[in-house]
This record gives sequence, structure tokens and C-alpha cells, in this order.
Amino acid sequence: MNRILLRGGRVIDPSAEHDEIADVLIEGERIAAVGRGLRADGAEVIEADGFWVTPGLIDLHCHLREPGQEYKEDIGSGGRAAAAGGFTAVACMANTHPVNDDPATTDFIIDRATHDSPARVYPVAAATKGLEGVVMTEMVALVEAGAAAFSDDGKTIMDGGVMRHVLEYSRLVDAVVITHAEDQTLVGGGVINEGAVSTRLGLRGNPPIAEVVHVARDLILAEFTGGQLHVAHVSTKGAVDLIRQAKDRGVNVTAEVAPHHLVLTDEATAEYNTNMKVSPPLRSEEDRDACRRGLVEGVIDAIATDHAPHAQHEKELEFSAAPPGMIGFETALAVVLDLVRSGELSPLELIRRLSTHPARILRRAGGSLAVGAPADVSVIDPARSWIYDVAKSYSKSRNSPWDGATLTGRAVATLVNGRLVYDVERGILI
Amino acid sequence: MIGRDLLGIERLERAEIERILDTAEHMREIGTREVKKVPTLRGRTIVNLFFESSTRTRASFEIAGKRLSADVINFSPSTSSLKKAESILDTARTLDAMDPDAVVVRHAEAGVPQRIADVLAAPVINAGDGAHEHPTQALLDLLTVRQEKGCIDGLTVTIVGDILHSRVARSNIYAFRKLGAEVRIAAPPPMIPCAIEALGVKAYTSLREALEGADVVMALRIQNERLAGAYFPSTREYSATFGIDRAKLRFAKDDAIVMHPGPVNRGVELAHDLADHRPGVILDQVRNGVAIRMAVLYLFAGRQPAEAAR
Amino acid sequence: MRFVKPEGSSAQGAEVGGGAGASSEVWPSHKPAATAILDEVGIRRSLMRIAHEILERNEEPDRLYLVAIPNGGVPLARRLAANLREIADLVVPVGVLDTTLYRDDLLSTGERPALRQTEMPSAVDDHVVVLVDDVVKTGRTIRAAMDALMDFGRPRVVQVVGLVDRGHRELPIKLDYVGKNLPTHPDDEVQLRGLEGGLRGPLELVVLSTEEASESRGAGK
Repeated sequence: MNRILLRGGRVIDPSAEHDEIADVLIEGERIAAVGRGLRADGAEVIEADGFWVTPGLIDLHCHLREPGQEYKEDIGSGGRAAAAGGFTAVACMANTHPVNDDPATTDFIIDRATHDSPARVYPVAAATKGLEGVVMTEMVALVEAGAAAFSDDGKTIMDGGVMRHVLEYSRLVDAVVITHAEDQTLVGGGVINEGAVSTRLGLRGNPPIAEVVHVARDLILAEFTGGQLHVAHVSTKGAVDLIRQAKDRGVNVTAEVAPHHLVLTDEATAEYNTNMKVSPPLRSEEDRDACRRGLVEGVIDAIATDHAPHAQHEKELEFSAAPPGMIGFETALAVVLDLVRSGELSPLELIRRLSTHPARILRRAGGSLAVGAPADVSVIDPARSWIYDVAKSYSKSRNSPWDGATLTGRAVATLVNGRLVYDVERGILI
Repeated sequence: MIGRDLLGIERLERAEIERILDTAEHMREIGTREVKKVPTLRGRTIVNLFFESSTRTRASFEIAGKRLSADVINFSPSTSSLKKAESILDTARTLDAMDPDAVVVRHAEAGVPQRIADVLAAPVINAGDGAHEHPTQALLDLLTVRQEKGCIDGLTVTIVGDILHSRVARSNIYAFRKLGAEVRIAAPPPMIPCAIEALGVKAYTSLREALEGADVVMALRIQNERLAGAYFPSTREYSATFGIDRAKLRFAKDDAIVMHPGPVNRGVELAHDLADHRPGVILDQVRNGVAIRMAVLYLFAGRQPAEAAR
Repeated sequence: MRFVKPEGSSAQGAEVGGGAGASSEVWPSHKPAATAILDEVGIRRSLMRIAHEILERNEEPDRLYLVAIPNGGVPLARRLAANLREIADLVVPVGVLDTTLYRDDLLSTGERPALRQTEMPSAVDDHVVVLVDDVVKTGRTIRAAMDALMDFGRPRVVQVVGLVDRGHRELPIKLDYVGKNLPTHPDDEVQLRGLEGGLRGPLELVVLSTEEASESRGAGK
């Protein structure tokens, strides 16, 4: 039996509210023991002194582009990039070609992941057929096939009646409906946040109210139907306020925020850099600060990268034509550690939002180092300084705004199902 | 000139703007000669890279280049990159390999000249990018006003129309402010851009108030095809509330002039007689357009400044 | 266009490239010493003599047309026109022709030179055009002026007045009328000062020696 001892690290387990120096012993595919001075004859020892040892990070929201757009990413390359970023599991969205709206495609993704990806892959199936926002998908069959949640992400379900029925029907399964909440009629073709920057740049603006109005609608529908709503990539103060009020009222809602919305504002697009073009767009300082506060307070439950690879020739189009999105697996940790460095979040609270809460939202095991839990572990050096060279990324795409930047904080080892799949010296190992 | 390219008025200093205007004054004289040509840019290649078609502006740049004896080449790639396999930057890189002395770029989307300037060694002149900037238009507008009024400092300039979608408005706001004028904008509320006051202008929804005491009234073209019904109900109502005619001009100063970047929707944003007669000065604007473009080509083409500030 | 600031004192140094000239204030913070070659009186005499020579040499004085090359040529051409009026009761048209756009070295310099005034009051066709410049050295400016002139029409004859001929020709250009022949070092700078005084002057022609010249170079005429 395979045994690994992670020795002397700062073990941070939000599920047990533990944050202390300890050893972690893995036997086979499970956590066998956590404690001080553990003996481990014959075990492979990983010295974790100076590092954090946490439940594996789980990314609630990413795009792996397979099937159909393998030129910019596939489940193998995406999985490797995720593991290199410290993620032991990722949930991939359904806007592939074909759309993941039936069990066969869900099967395909799971099968591919088993063979190609070092990280676990949980498919998020479409909520409506073809992402067309009209006919709901076979949720029962999809969950049986392995879908972890439902979402039309990439698009918005604009028809209130359809969203109502999707939320109602979803009560048959224990899965969240993830909403990309942007009223497209208010987005009005906007490609950047509507504000002083869009006025200066002469680009069509997407006003914050497009998100706020739609979050309001979806929250009321969630409350009305009793379905389980999860709000993807929150970016505005208005949305944070509404979610806070809804939670206070007892509405069954969770929410996530992306690393870029926690640190960047629309000023970052002032040079028409298409790597800064994301959906929803980078917002004002006020919105960014509200998202940070929302994450700290727990109004926003989780951090999700929205890793969205695009090929160079796609991003080299004029700003309004370039597809939105940035890759994010390998930089997420360094970026969000900013909230620990600033004192806004303790390490325990950060890991809760990166692991424990995502596991709960996806109804999957994870986020815990309890004895018997699956041995998905991230070993993190929060103080390591490194320069991100996107040319060396495991992703097939290069659309990152942090290329060449000096970052602080990095995953130094990633274990999935009891196996070391990545370490920072040797890279991906399987 | 400090920078290698002319991408917009926003980054120009007042002294640079005045240098261009002074040079253009001299270029105007060439248009009055019998042989309207000087050998200054002989053997130099100017490329007009017009992704968005525009007969007027392109012709103006072409005449300007030819009066300076340059070889002018017109490239009009298909409007949407999505139709072509070649991205905009690939087109630019291909052009660069042919060593042009200046590339004049016009595109329907904001930011394209800047991206092209990043990969091109040659100087890039922005001939209009989406709703962002149209620097040579603002420069010829400045020149026209300077000729009429002597000096720009202290004037009140009112710009009326679809400010939201207008690169002419943005460039003119920067231009007239840098030369010391007070700038006002007037439009139906949906066409007033967010946070426009940050550019140093006062926004009005009442045309009458905006015109009070104005020295210069600039009417912008209304794109009726695109906007009627969405941003304003009809051209009829637009014309009644924001169209410029002699009756409304009474609120401005007695010697106020009326300008328009063209082409004019007669009877919509500008009354027929103002398009043809004083105090409308549209033809002067067009004449100045060639002179300004000659000045810009003279000052920017083929230049390798010691510090190419980008 | 900013002109060189004059200094009131007019030192009478006739030596070239040496001798302590009066220290004249050129720019507020800089004082290259210049040696005066021709003062106001000397210039007046030369221009009167040249006016007589023009009349002697041209059988059809009513076809005369003075064309000044800015900046130095402008007051000189105007004074010549006044002289011709005084001597022979002639009204000779005076044009101003900027040669900057016809220069052969335009695009190799880093900054583009500023353009100057061009104003030709009437057609040059069939006239005896007399180009007027203050200092002639390489001959390139005169060549550029002739190119420019040809774009205005077809003069019958072109003659050239130079207040100072300092040699160092690079092109086969000759002067028909010269105020003063002045041997110089090629790096010396010869300047006509007092231009903003207009017609009344006082004008002064000075030589800056090589070191002084290289210090003051860049401001141009």
C-alpha cells in the first residue's frame, strides 16, 4: 500500500477548524492520520516545513474546451495546469462543442479526465438544451452520468419562465443551478464596464446594473421555487448586497468570485489589452472592494477561477471582437493570497473558500483532511516569490494578464487520490 | 513631436497641437498655387489602411500625401476580422515588412490603431477608431476656429449630438480644452456618456442652455439607421429638440459659427441653409482637412525619433 | 518664428574667426561672442550698390521681381525694392518664398524644421526673378529656391543676390550680386541679426567662430 507522510507543515483544515503544525499520513487513497510526530515506516516523506498543508483546492468554475475546441485547451492540458496551480479538482462548464447537455457527453468528459487529467474533473452540465435557454436538460440522467451541477454559463437564461422551471425541476436532484447573471438586454453589446474608462476609450459599456438586475431576478426565483441557486463570478457591489439580503432571509443561495474581480479594476483595460477583457467585465474600485468585503464576510462563499483559455489569434482581434476570458489556474493562488497578506482573511478562511465550500456546493467529497477523507491535498508555499512565464504554462493558451509578473505564493506539491501528481521542482508527474 | 504616432489628442501637449496648426497654415498656401505639389515626401510611401470605408477622409489623406509627392497606397481589408483568417495584427505585420513611411489607420472599433502601432515600426496616424478618437478631424476643427476667431483661449464651444458614439466629440473635447476653451456637450440623455464630466466638460440636456453665449456650435451626425428607436424616438423629434437652425442659433453669440464633421443629414442635425451658408463653415473645414493632413504627414512620416515614446 | 535677439552695441571687428568681438546676448542664458562683419551702415551701402548693379545689368527693369528667402532675405529684399524705387522710380513686386519643403536634407534630420511664410503676390511667368538671401554657403538653399520657383511658373531669367558669399559651395551655384565675400571656416556660423526690427533694422551681420557656432547651432534662422 502506498504511504506518504507530509511532515511538519502548517496543517489548515477548515472542516475541523484546525490550523496548526502537524504531520499528515496518507495510506492508499485516504487520509490515515493527522497529528504530531507521526511515525511512517516505509512511507515516502515530503518535508512540508514552512508550507501550508491543506485539503485539495477545488475550482468551481472553469472552461476546458473539450470536446470541440481542443486547439485552445483540452481536459489533459487543463487538468495539468490546474494541478500545477494546486487544484485537485475542477468543475468544467458545458459550453463546449457539442454542448454538454446529454449523458453521453458527460460520460465522455469523465472518461477523458480519468485518462488524461491529474486533477479530478466534475462536469457541470447545461441547464437547457444547446444552451439555448428554452428547453431544460435531462437533469436526473445527467446527475446519474456524473454531472455535479447545472449551468448555461457563457450564456444567460433570459426567459424568466424557463429559469423558473429549471429551478423548480432541479429540486429532483441534489445539484445547484449556476447562473451567469447578466441581463443581456442591459449588457447591450457592452465589452467593458460602463464608466469613466469606457467613455475615455470609446468602447461600448456594460453597466453594473445588467448584473444586479439579473441577480435580483434569479434570487427571487430561487426563493419562490425553492431551487438551489449558485451565482457565478459576482462582480458588483449591487449583487453582493442583494445576495447578503437574500441569505439573511434564508434563501438557498451560494456565490463565487473570480480572483481578477478581487484585485483588478476597469482601469486595467486602458491600453485595450484584450487579456483584460472578461465577462463579466472588470469593474470599478467600489465594486472590487465590495466583492472583497463580500468574500470576507461570507456573503460570497467561494473563489472560482473561471479559467477561460483562448488562442492567440482569437485575442489578437480588435477589442470588441476578441472573446472574453483569461486563463487562471496557475496564478489564482498567488492573486488571492493578497487577502491574507492584507489581513482581510486568515489562511484558514481563505482555504475554506478555496476548498471546503466548493466541495459542499458541488456535493462532492473534499475540503477536509479528516481521517478517512480522500487524500486530495495541496501543499502551498505562501511566501514563495516567482515570476510567471506564461510561455511555460501547462495550458495550451497564453491569455493571462500576469505574464512576466512577479507573484508571491505558489503550490509546491499537489496530491490527488493519494498520489503526488505535481511538485514545483519536477512539474507534473503523471 | 514627442511620440512616434498620432493616435489621439488625449496624449498630445498644447505645444504639439499648436505646432501642427502652424504647420498646416503654411500647407494651406500650397493649395492656392498652380502646381499644388512640393517634393518633400518624394519617394516615401504612405499606406492608407482603411478597415472602415470612408471616401471623404481617405480622399483627404490621399490628396495630402500626393501634394507632398508621396506614393500613396490604399489598402481596404474586409471590414470584419471574423470573416478573414488574418488577424488585424497579422495584416499590420505583413505591411511592416514592406517598410512604409507612415500608415494611416481607420477602423470601426476603438483601440485598433494603438494595437497596430505596438507591432509596427512605421509611424501610425489614427484616421478614426470606433468611438474613441479622430485626431485629424479635431485638428482641422481647431484650425477652422482659429482662423475665424483668432484665438481659442476663452471661447465657449458647444458640441451637440450623439456624444456617446462619437470619436469626433471626444477628440474635440480634448483639443479645445487643451487650447483653453470651455466645452459643453448637449444631447438627449441616453447619448450622454457615463462620467463625461471627468473629461472637463459640462453636460446639458437643454439645447438652449447649452447654446447660451456659445462662440462655436458643432453639430454631430446622427446615425439614424442605427439609433432611432433605441437612443431617441425619431429623427423628427431629434431635429425639433436638438437640430441646429437659425432660430435656435439666436441663443448663441451673434457671431457664432456653426460646424459639422460631415456628411450632413440635412434637416436633421443641421438645417439646410446652415450646411451651405454662413455662419456654417463646413467647406472651410474640408479645405483645412487637407492642410492638416499634409501637416501631420510632414511632421510624422518617416520619422525615427531618438526616443520613440509610445 | 522667433528671431535671434540683437545686441545694441555694434562692434566693428573685421577679423574673421578670431578677435574679441563684443559680447552680444543671443539667448537669455547664453553668450557666444560674435564678430561683426557688416553693420547697419555697411549693409545699407552694399544694398544700394547692388540695386544699381541690378539696374545696370537688366535691360527690362519693369520685368523685375524680387523673391526673398526667409528669414534673412526678407528685410534685404524689401530694402532693395525701396532702393529701386528711390533710384529709378520702379515699383518692383516682392515675394517671400520658403524653401523648407524643398530641402534635400529634410527627412534625415530628427525633428522636422518649422515652416516659414510663403507669399507670392503675383505670377512669376516671364519675369526676371531676383532671389535674395542673406548668407550663401553650400548653394543648396538657392537650388531649393529655384525648384520652388519652377513650381510657381516659368521665370524668364533667375538671378541671385547674396549679402554674404562665404564660399564652400557643394553645388554649381553662382551669385550674380554679392554684398561681401567672406572666407570662413565651414563650421563657423554667419548670422544676420536684428530681423525683428523690420524695415528699419538695425541689421548686423556677424560671424560666430567654430566653438561658439556649435554651441548656438540648433536654433537656426
